[in-house]
Amino acid sequence: MSEARTTSAPAADSATLVRVRGLHFSRGARKIYDGIDVDIPRGKITAIMGPSGTGKTTLLRIIGGQWRPADGAIEFDGINVHQQSLDGLYTLRKRMSLLFQNGALLTDLSVFENVAFPLREHTKLPEAAIRDIVLMKLEAVGLRGARDLYPEELSGGMSRRVALARAIALDPEMVMYDEPFTGQDPISMGVLMRLIQSLNRSLGITSVIVSHDVDEVLSIADHAYVIAGGQVLARGAPDEIRASPSEYVQQFLKGRPDGPVAFHYRAKSLADDLMERA
Amino acid sequence: MQSRALEILVGFFVCLGVAAVFVLTFRVASLDSVGGGDKTYRVSAEFQNIGGLKAGAKVSLAGVAIGRVRDISIDPSSFQAKVTMDISDQYSKIPEDSSAKILTAGLLGEQYIGIEPGGMDDYLKNGSEITLTQSALVLENLIGQFLASQNGSSKDDKLADAIGKLADSLQSKK
Amino acid sequence: MRGGVLTVLSNFLSGLGQAQFFLLSVLRAVLPSLLRPALIVRQLYMIGVLSLIIIVISGMFIGMVLSLQGYHTLVQFGAASSLGVLVALSIIRELGPVVTALLFAGRAGSALAAEIGLMRATDQLSAMEMMAVNPMRYVIAPRFIAGVIAMPLLTAIFCVMAIGVAGGHAIGVGLLHVDAGSYWTQIRANVDLHDLLQALIKSLVFGAVVSWIAVYQGYTAPPTSEGVSRATTSTVVVSSLSILALDFILTAFMFR
Repeated sequence: MSEARTTSAPAADSATLVRVRGLHFSRGARKIYDGIDVDIPRGKITAIMGPSGTGKTTLLRIIGGQWRPADGAIEFDGINVHQQSLDGLYTLRKRMSLLFQNGALLTDLSVFENVAFPLREHTKLPEAAIRDIVLMKLEAVGLRGARDLYPEELSGGMSRRVALARAIALDPEMVMYDEPFTGQDPISMGVLMRLIQSLNRSLGITSVIVSHDVDEVLSIADHAYVIAGGQVLARGAPDEIRASPSEYVQQFLKGRPDGPVAFHYRAKSLADDLMERA
Repeated sequence: MQSRALEILVGFFVCLGVAAVFVLTFRVASLDSVGGGDKTYRVSAEFQNIGGLKAGAKVSLAGVAIGRVRDISIDPSSFQAKVTMDISDQYSKIPEDSSAKILTAGLLGEQYIGIEPGGMDDYLKNGSEITLTQSALVLENLIGQFLASQNGSSKDDKLADAIGKLADSLQSKK
Repeated sequence: MRGGVLTVLSNFLSGLGQAQFFLLSVLRAVLPSLLRPALIVRQLYMIGVLSLIIIVISGMFIGMVLSLQGYHTLVQFGAASSLGVLVALSIIRELGPVVTALLFAGRAGSALAAEIGLMRATDQLSAMEMMAVNPMRYVIAPRFIAGVIAMPLLTAIFCVMAIGVAGGHAIGVGLLHVDAGSYWTQIRANVDLHDLLQALIKSLVFGAVVSWIAVYQGYTAPPTSEGVSRATTSTVVVSSLSILALDFILTAFMFR
């Protein structure tokens, strides 16, 4: 019912699926976002990069409606995520998926049942149809043969691929990837990159990748943001990012140990500190 | 999905638990004795002293439980204890001139009411009163009597008399 | 110093308040979750069936030791035939519900807290939320319901074990030669439905409280190994203390 309403809602800018405006968010005393604007274009791969601890994952959780911002508006296809009731939010979440860093598979269910889980919860499909869909999704990530394994028998890369199959089980409009490449060997990193790309190209799924693996992400992204210190430092196509004049961005891209982002955590001078004990 | 063995185990567990509840209700608790649902009629009796009788104590006839004490109050005019009891309808033919005694189960046990049947052809019915009553035997009074008799005269026959009385009254409660 | 005490106090109160709100949301999820019996059956297995062995064995030994101790005291008064009453009343009124609940907290409560804590730590709960599945309904409420159902059943099994099958009866009648007839008739004359009802009420309350504490501790555990281990420990500690305190309160209420 609300599904019909959302699709018929006139999207002011139909090229943009998610629109973040003036987002403020703090955890405890620490300010994570200080009024940022982000646009996620429909059908494209958007990369969100930044040093560890800048709250990239936080952004995904805010878009998914799990956490509530202190201020600002997040619209998904023209619907304000944080003004929804729980039911409305759940309707919205069926249209998006979040791939967690470690996969977050349900450990008491087999691979097959993990992928079938959203189908069983949200559809009334007969068992045969569920089986067909699950096998197709597992085939897409190349793990049809692993359907009877349990999550603890999978490697990290395989877990993420199963989680990806689960994330696309309901054919969402958008998949958000939280650090998909962290801790992967080069082969499974390559597999994941190709998967993300092919899902985007073949199914037109809007993709958001949060990562700090700069080269890998920029090689598949259509559009990228660099976020640090609660601000958007650079935005644009990968080439524009690489050519950014900002010292900060350059330090991040090149991985220099010192620069605008100081190597040292904020402290008084070493000499003062040493003198103090004497 | 759900493995069959698991369902069977859970079914077994629930059966076991329910069976245990049944065992407790029917074997351990006395569901079949007087108390619960069956119909009763109410009879009252006045006693000089009820000792330690409490509401809920059993009313017995020839040792068989036939009812329970419902309520204990003081009759404001006579200052006697008025005990009302519920007696099961299945024992409806108790002669009207029966007497009621307060007895003790064992030496230190609970007190209960014993009905001794009379000989009349009219029967107790709802609201009737048992007029012949015997109060509870209060151990202190008995011992007091015994000591008094011992002090008063040291004659052996008096002592023997008192001991005999004590023994009698204890025996009668069995 | 005073500030420290105030912080501890306010932390305690806010924790208590959070737990109440948590209970409310669990209760709200109970009804929808009852429509998913398969989930509850699975939890009944984890919570009930797997606790069976410890309950049966403890029931037997507690009945046995009670019988042994009671016999030696009663026999001095020539009241050995009342052994059955002694065992049955102590078990049904107190030891049955309380010991079952304590064992349940140690066996099932700690496992619940650790499981939910780990699900939180590995983002499984968040993943469910993002899949538009309410973890309150899918994870928490079925476990809570199963705990409330399992506790009275386990208590009844414990009581039967302790009084009858292998506990009091075996020692009293088998070893100490108390007459089996008087063992049982004495029990039947002195235990009534009121006692059983009290045991039932106690075990229902204990079941709800232990399950509540366990799922709350697990759900709010910090997503670290230390957080999960602490949640497990405090489940057992807080549950045990609550059981003992509530037992006193319930007994005082019901015996008047």
